[in-house]
Amino acid sequence: MDFLGVPFPVFAGQLLIGLINGAFYAVLSLGLALIFGLLNIVNFAHGALYMVGAFVAFLLLDVLGIGYWPALVLSPIIVGVFGMAIERFLLRPIADLDHLYGLLLTFGLALLIEGLFRQVYGVSGETYAIPAALQGGFNLGFMFLPTYRAWVIVAAVVVCGATWFLIEQTRLGATMRAAVENADLVRAFGVNVPLLVTLTYGLGVALAAFAGVLAAPIYSVNPLMGSNIIIVVFAIVVIGGLGSIKGAILSGFLLGIAEGVTRVYYPEASNIIIFVVMAVVLIVRPAGLFGKTA
Amino acid sequence: MTDITKTEDARTVRARSRSSSILADVRLWAAIGFVLLLIAPHYVYPVFVAKILCFALFAAAFNLLLGFAGLLSFGHAAFFGMSAYVTGYCLQTLGFSAELGILAGTAAGALLGLGMGLLAIRRQGIYFAMITLALAQMVYFVALQAPFTGGEDGMQGVPRNALFGVIDMSTNMNVYYLVLGVFCIGLFIIYRTVHSPFGQVLKSIRENEPRAISLGYDADHYKLMAFVISAALSGMAGSAKVMVFQLASLTDVQWQMSGEVVLMAVLGGIGTMLGPIVGATIIISLQNELAQIGSISTIVQGAVFVFCVLAFRRGIVGEIKHRWALWRSRSS
Amino acid sequence: MKLTKTLLLTGAASMLALSANAQDSGSGISDDTIKIGLIADMSGPYSALDGAGSEAAIRMAIEEMGGEIDGKKITLQTADHQSKADIGSNIARQWADQDNIDLILGGANSGVGIALQEITSEKGVAYINNGGATNALTNENCAPETGLHWTYDTDALANGTAVAMVKEGNQSWFFITADYTFGHNLKNTAANAVQENGGEVVGEVSAPFPTQDFSSFLLQAQGSGAQVVGLANAGTDTQNAVKQAQEFGLTQAGQKLASLLLFITDVDALGLDAAQGLTLTTGFYWDQDDKAREWSAKYEERTGAKPSMVQAGMYSSALNYLKAVKEAGTDDAKKVVAQLKTMPIEDAFARNGKVRADGLMEHDMFLAQVKTPEESSGKWDYYNIIRTIPGADAFQSIEDGKCEAAKTAMAEGGASGASGTESTSGQAQ
Repeated sequence: MDFLGVPFPVFAGQLLIGLINGAFYAVLSLGLALIFGLLNIVNFAHGALYMVGAFVAFLLLDVLGIGYWPALVLSPIIVGVFGMAIERFLLRPIADLDHLYGLLLTFGLALLIEGLFRQVYGVSGETYAIPAALQGGFNLGFMFLPTYRAWVIVAAVVVCGATWFLIEQTRLGATMRAAVENADLVRAFGVNVPLLVTLTYGLGVALAAFAGVLAAPIYSVNPLMGSNIIIVVFAIVVIGGLGSIKGAILSGFLLGIAEGVTRVYYPEASNIIIFVVMAVVLIVRPAGLFGKTA
Repeated sequence: MTDITKTEDARTVRARSRSSSILADVRLWAAIGFVLLLIAPHYVYPVFVAKILCFALFAAAFNLLLGFAGLLSFGHAAFFGMSAYVTGYCLQTLGFSAELGILAGTAAGALLGLGMGLLAIRRQGIYFAMITLALAQMVYFVALQAPFTGGEDGMQGVPRNALFGVIDMSTNMNVYYLVLGVFCIGLFIIYRTVHSPFGQVLKSIRENEPRAISLGYDADHYKLMAFVISAALSGMAGSAKVMVFQLASLTDVQWQMSGEVVLMAVLGGIGTMLGPIVGATIIISLQNELAQIGSISTIVQGAVFVFCVLAFRRGIVGEIKHRWALWRSRSS
Repeated sequence: MKLTKTLLLTGAASMLALSANAQDSGSGISDDTIKIGLIADMSGPYSALDGAGSEAAIRMAIEEMGGEIDGKKITLQTADHQSKADIGSNIARQWADQDNIDLILGGANSGVGIALQEITSEKGVAYINNGGATNALTNENCAPETGLHWTYDTDALANGTAVAMVKEGNQSWFFITADYTFGHNLKNTAANAVQENGGEVVGEVSAPFPTQDFSSFLLQAQGSGAQVVGLANAGTDTQNAVKQAQEFGLTQAGQKLASLLLFITDVDALGLDAAQGLTLTTGFYWDQDDKAREWSAKYEERTGAKPSMVQAGMYSSALNYLKAVKEAGTDDAKKVVAQLKTMPIEDAFARNGKVRADGLMEHDMFLAQVKTPEESSGKWDYYNIIRTIPGADAFQSIEDGKCEAAKTAMAEGGASGASGTESTSGQAQ
């Protein structure tokens, strides 16, 4: 049975794999979109913090003997707190300036953080084993699906869904969205807006760290792991529409799938496909797929 | 929203407008700088100074866009690197003479700039930065996979063909003077662009785009022009670098290079003529001194970046200018 | 008015004040010191297998020679090429122009390696590459009078592994190739070797470089039903591919994984759990024999780790270079290199080594398999050496290569080192 010139099992397998990669993209671009929505900052340090998340998980295991499951919670908290410190002491002083300064500052931070980790750990990479409960896999008939990959999809969908619920459906989220629209008014209602901003940055960064922990058992944990993925995630956020939560999540998954399909038909182009899509989207719909037209 | 380039306050502007003989001044001191650069290679390793000149031109071309048109491009490495490949190809495979090779590289930069500009100019600010970054990443993948670039190995052993087919370019000294020539031409073009009616319109678009549009200026058209000029000159810098090092490599197309040129401009002073040159000089020297361990160089660059944004937004030249203007207005 | 003055002066002054080294135009064939320069990857992807360890290995060679040759001091200076060809070539240019360097070692990155070979041959400086994989160094970019390639090249690695595995009955191959020059070189050599030995390439996929997630490529490899999945990539890409191949149960399902370029440091980073069973070719293994063990123990005392093949190659090349300087009584690059071509190369690193007319140091390679965690006695005990591949079988012959200078020299019967390779040319490739 062929599907568009490719055996169907292969095609279905690639779709599923694309979805798994999309899960990483979705969690990362969600964090970026969240930060952009409230702070208007493109967080260039996002890739570096994703790497830090993976390293914290590695260090928790290596130094303290703390395993995968606690690390899945601890690492985002640790990195989130670190992120809040960044926001409080570095980003807040420049909050009133042109937002390009935020981009430049976080770019510098990314260099600094990656440089420090390279200095200490080198670049040859560290190993992080798949937790015992998630080893092995299922035979789906058309492909062998490792349990861990299935878990990645589940975890990403749950975390993205929870974040979306928090922002769109709760009072806290409503306040946050209101703060974006009119900070002064929200302040007048007695809401501590600066604290809200700090918490948002912390949450966005924690999402990056969460993706890092998810990635640690399957990708090589090394100081440069975040430096290339960040640009892809940027493109995804632009495609989804900057600042759109729903757009970030959906386009994360969609582009993961697009990449997977490209790998069947024209693997050499699979690194570029996302940028090509971005260029097309910009021509047809400059505000992004889910963005409000400015 | 305050503009990234509005670092001079009103007093600076007033002080500057008072010294009307500034043009004569610039000419005099440009001449002195030129003489210093003429003799520099006899005291400093010429290849090193030539490298600085290439990056200074690159940073100045980038600054034309950021400093005078208010557009932050995060994809300038694409022009620098792709032009380097084109020049390398022309010199090595097609046997072009030196000046034709550099011209071809410059033209390639302009063409690429036109393509990228048409897409990117549709959005502003952060969007613009991210789009240029993403487009430059596409160029990087093309450079990585296209057969003529040599991929990871890069384009190696590019011959230093004679200038106009007659003037020998095989010695470091001769290449240095060629690069100096290219540098001066590039800087002159930037200077003329900034101080032309075109440059004035650009500034007015930067200050207040809606107003400029309501006055009948086609803002996108002007921004695109600025983008193309900046891309062409960045390409020229990349082409000159090929003559110096006789190679073109992926380093020149990587996004880290785009970041580096932003750093040079920010450190030196955005929106000043001299700033990018000073910034490039410092960064390249720093890299040279810290060459022992690469990650230290990255750490230092990151720290300088953070410091500049937090406490030193005018950059070195901008800061000197600002203090000088303050002092003048106080003393008068 | 004074404003521009200050600014211009600042700019000019900062340019002049940078590096005050006056240019030295002295000739310097023998300035009473033998100056060795190491341009290594101190911080980048290859720093674990090159970097500080390479420096230590070269120092060991210098100490073995007593720190001097006939009263002339041997010095070592180092720099980091940061995996950038322009930085590497700039350092080499400066060392040649200003320091009268005699030998440059390093270039564990193909791009940097070729750049260094170009510069040194132009400047008349001896150059020995250790760790650069590209066979271009002794083919289209060869500089046989000054530039040597020591530890391994793509031919030796791909040939060794492919021939050996086909002969063991693994007929059908699927390649996952890193989509750049190096990857395609590696794959083409291996694919040729597979086909010439009666095997069959049933499929191939080019993975973009770098790739973090190999799962879709591994899935295609699985679907092809090939007996062997050949990985034509390096470094982090290889690590990710191997790690994920295990996750997707490739080897459990009966397919064999062959890495065409794998360093002991990669195995160390992967861990034996993930890397076990991998077949690979290596130029050196610290546990290969007594001589290697003895030297590696000394090296470990100094650095705290066992040497990689690149680090051992650094030691070997520096040592033999110094011996040749002593023998020839000069540090003139061409004379020393000519001298090296007449000497048998046999030390802690090389078995049956000789420097060929095209600059390649041909020596025995080893086919190895990564041990299972149960077999291993601990850190660094990673390989079972399956068999020795004679140099002539592993490396491409000069006749099949593209180094015209070496071919001409051989036709004239000029280069003495070349004579031995002729008889074996039929078997190679």
